[in-house]
Amino acid sequence: MGLLIDLDKCIGCGQCIEFCPFGALEMVGGKVEVREGCTLCGACLDSCAYEALIIEELEATPAADESYRGVWVFAETKDGEFSRVAYELLSEGRKLADARQSELGAVCLGHDIGAVDSLIAGGADRVCVVDSPALADFPEDLCARKLAEVILEYKPEIVLAGATALGRSFIPRVAAILGTGLTADCTGLEIDPETGLLMQTRPTFGGNLMATIICPGKRPQMSTVRPRVFKPDAPDQTRKGGVIRLDFNSEGVTSRTKLLSFVEDLAETVKLEDADVIVAGGRGLEKPENFAMLEELAGALGAAVGSSRPPVDEGWVPYPRQVGQTGKTVCPKLYIACGISGAVQHLAGMQTADVIVAINDDPAAPIFEVATYGIIGDLFKVVPMLIDRLKNG
Amino acid sequence: MNIAVCLKQVPGTTKVEIDPQTNTLVRQGIENIVNPFDTYALEEGVRLRERYGGKVTAISMGPPQAEAILRDALATGADEAVLLSDAAFAGADTWATAYTLSRAVDKLGPCDIVICGRQTIDGDTGQVGPELAEILGFTFVSYVSQVEEIDGEHMRLKRLMGERYEILEALLPAVITVVKEINTPRLPSLRGMAKAKSATIPVWGAEELEVDGNKIGLTGSATRVIKVFFPQRTQRAEILEGELPGQVDYLIDRLREANLI
Amino acid sequence: MEYFLSEQQREIKSLARRIAEERILPVRAELDENEEFPWAITKDMADSDMFRVFIPEEYEGLGGGCLELCLVMEELSRVCSGVALGYAATALGSYSLVEYGTEEQKKKYLPLIASGEKLTAFALTESTAGSDATNIKTTAVPEDGNYIINGTKQFITNGGDAELYTVVALTNPEKGIRGASTFLVEKDTPGFSFGKKEKKMGVRASSTRELVFRNCSVPRENMIGREGMGFPIVMRLLDRSRPGVGAQSVGIAQGALEAAVDYARERVQFEHPIIALQAVQQMLADMAIGVEAARLLVYGVARTIDSGAKSYTEESAMAKVFASDMAMRVTTDAVQVMGGAGYMRDYPVEKMMRDAKITQIYEGSNQTLRTAIAFELRKRKGRRE
Repeated sequence: MGLLIDLDKCIGCGQCIEFCPFGALEMVGGKVEVREGCTLCGACLDSCAYEALIIEELEATPAADESYRGVWVFAETKDGEFSRVAYELLSEGRKLADARQSELGAVCLGHDIGAVDSLIAGGADRVCVVDSPALADFPEDLCARKLAEVILEYKPEIVLAGATALGRSFIPRVAAILGTGLTADCTGLEIDPETGLLMQTRPTFGGNLMATIICPGKRPQMSTVRPRVFKPDAPDQTRKGGVIRLDFNSEGVTSRTKLLSFVEDLAETVKLEDADVIVAGGRGLEKPENFAMLEELAGALGAAVGSSRPPVDEGWVPYPRQVGQTGKTVCPKLYIACGISGAVQHLAGMQTADVIVAINDDPAAPIFEVATYGIIGDLFKVVPMLIDRLKNG
Repeated sequence: MNIAVCLKQVPGTTKVEIDPQTNTLVRQGIENIVNPFDTYALEEGVRLRERYGGKVTAISMGPPQAEAILRDALATGADEAVLLSDAAFAGADTWATAYTLSRAVDKLGPCDIVICGRQTIDGDTGQVGPELAEILGFTFVSYVSQVEEIDGEHMRLKRLMGERYEILEALLPAVITVVKEINTPRLPSLRGMAKAKSATIPVWGAEELEVDGNKIGLTGSATRVIKVFFPQRTQRAEILEGELPGQVDYLIDRLREANLI
Repeated sequence: MEYFLSEQQREIKSLARRIAEERILPVRAELDENEEFPWAITKDMADSDMFRVFIPEEYEGLGGGCLELCLVMEELSRVCSGVALGYAATALGSYSLVEYGTEEQKKKYLPLIASGEKLTAFALTESTAGSDATNIKTTAVPEDGNYIINGTKQFITNGGDAELYTVVALTNPEKGIRGASTFLVEKDTPGFSFGKKEKKMGVRASSTRELVFRNCSVPRENMIGREGMGFPIVMRLLDRSRPGVGAQSVGIAQGALEAAVDYARERVQFEHPIIALQAVQQMLADMAIGVEAARLLVYGVARTIDSGAKSYTEESAMAKVFASDMAMRVTTDAVQVMGGAGYMRDYPVEKMMRDAKITQIYEGSNQTLRTAIAFELRKRKGRRE
């Protein structure tokens, strides 16, 4: 089992060798051979004009349990309100539910959860609420177990959650308990009209390669979805839907973790992950004091302030502000990159922003390859001009 | 303390580009490296051993060439290393990977902490850590930025959850994933390199790990990749021209038009 | 070019390079600007076992020879010779213990040096004794089983930051330099203090201070080697360490060459990168030739020493003279190739040029070394190989 080369069909053209991201294909004696390092990613399959590459499986996958119906959205709460991503997922979930001619549900866990109606206005046909003091701090193990239990009872075919810090931490546990497949950080969701399967598209290699994934045999099909990729529909207050309140039996059940305290970055007025507009600085700012200029620009725009890696490594800016492969991934409407060269690792964290403005005095800076608008100039001149223009019209 | 650290060998650059003329991958001598987040995981494991005593075992699931990152791990403080390699493991999704790793953790004997990096730079999912914890039945804490103290069965941790730091108390045994902020990984030492060179790194396959054949590799993967493609970059940067004040005006007008500001 | 390094030598070289690129490179400009001692980097080097390279295995070292030390010096100097100098000075300071120390002395001090816990310095030079090294005035007078040291040492690298000092003083002033002995003096010994830190042209990440001895009493056990052996020990020590200075010079020049080539490939003037201009090409070619020739001379001498050669004064001097003069030329030319940019502190080559100068001066100025080489040539006249 694995990647096979049909030696009759292989003409030794070597096209596939160029397509392998792992360098696992090699020309040996005029035909292609598979080396160690092949991860069965499938990148080479389409590249062969002669259909000589096949990924063979031992057995046909068993068919999925047809009794699972409906699309559910895990509605994450933050400070008593539902996160924006919940509404984004309801809008997208609505399309999927309609394509499957099934219901759209929402599920939320926590304590003192209010405004459940907003989820119905956002598109849900029904909402399952698990409200218990034991879940106030969202102990991830208990919540994962409970959510899995609820899913097993109601059997949605598809479950979506935001690929937020919480989502990426706790949803995999739910998938593991259910023994089903989970696709992380999706940027595209579609129902395959032929098979009815959810086709989940997500970025890999820091966003430089896209993969489409299916979960054919297990249910539910689960995805975490990158926040801010889908747009929430306008709420329809006239929508009606059912609310199911479920008990959480906390007898004899304790979480293996306990939240002792937390510290927020109070200086931050706008959080990076929620921001529509982000102003980010890089090494080009030269000195920590110069970030004050970006804070001013951000203030004028109602934006959050982010950073590439070097200012964080230098200690000018705290780590939670770092955007990039080893920091946060953001997807704002507008990303203004000041003095950022655009290394691959930084792009991985921001290249899906709707509009990118790059300000850099080096015309060869890679950031200009992903920018929508580029200003080649001295940021110490450009940024003050922007601030001035914005404040004074 | 018995500490296990999970490491993965990944391509050295995520800059997988397509040559627009030939429509093929531009592979500028991609060499393999250890996933950067995993170096923080290993460093934390070694630091915990220095604080509390015990042993650090580095584990990697991968093809035979992944042995190189395990040797580096030995040179950088790990006491032992083991490679999980078998053709049957190929094609594993995150769950099948977590299952295979769990078999190795079981085989190593009683384990107090398993440390993983936050995510890999090729898969980017961050799913193996939490799934591993569920399979093992261990406590799970993600995005750990500091291990404040370990006291018997309890561990006090600081973690970065989105925009805020949380202090948690967790019960051992546990699986934790770590973020970059947690430490600065040390460089290998010369004595470590000498030790690593002569060390034996056992290779455990499906048989040694006594795996359930239905749970590993492609067979054990609930998810399947059906297509891999390069994202279309429709954006072509509009490099503004003219005097700077004019450029700034133009930009602000365009952004206002698009309702972005 | 194939250097025929063993696997272990390759490992040492590549680890030194990693340390240089990952730990030293990001801060070298700052260290130079602020004249700071690189404590954090010293710890990183210690953790990576770099100080074990020049300590014998029996004392928790790795038992490396001259070539291994040269490889480390070259790689560190390629990025910052100021940081490299601090490391070299510890090697120099520990040498007399390694070669002439008693078992007790070696057991007491060498493991601490190997672990990087205690840095070392070597103190010979005085205001009256630079090139004329025999003209030292510091005395170490025996008294009740101790020696009382009086005098001032000048321009001592690692002075004030090292814990251990190997000091050359006159135990029998009437015999002049033949009455000199070597002592191990620990920092914080009463009567031992330091002058102000010198402000230097280059290698500013290393610290240079005066050592002031006022009735500083050291026990008899702290004498290294026999009484009166001071001078031969020093001569031997310097012969042994000169290839290291050569390696430092090669490293500096290599860094400058790379910076100049990279710049010349990017900098466009007259519609072409300047590396397309013959004037620049000729300069770069000569620079490259100089670096390679010096490297091979340094490696060759280091290997000769490691092979157990009895005398290598001449060869050792040659390696140091050739490499240091080359480094001064190459760094000056590197600034020239880079033009106005090369002169600016934003670019690394002006620092390399400032750093290179000292290599022509210390460990025997190139003028005294040429005299020494000529002396050997005169001695050899008429003798057949």
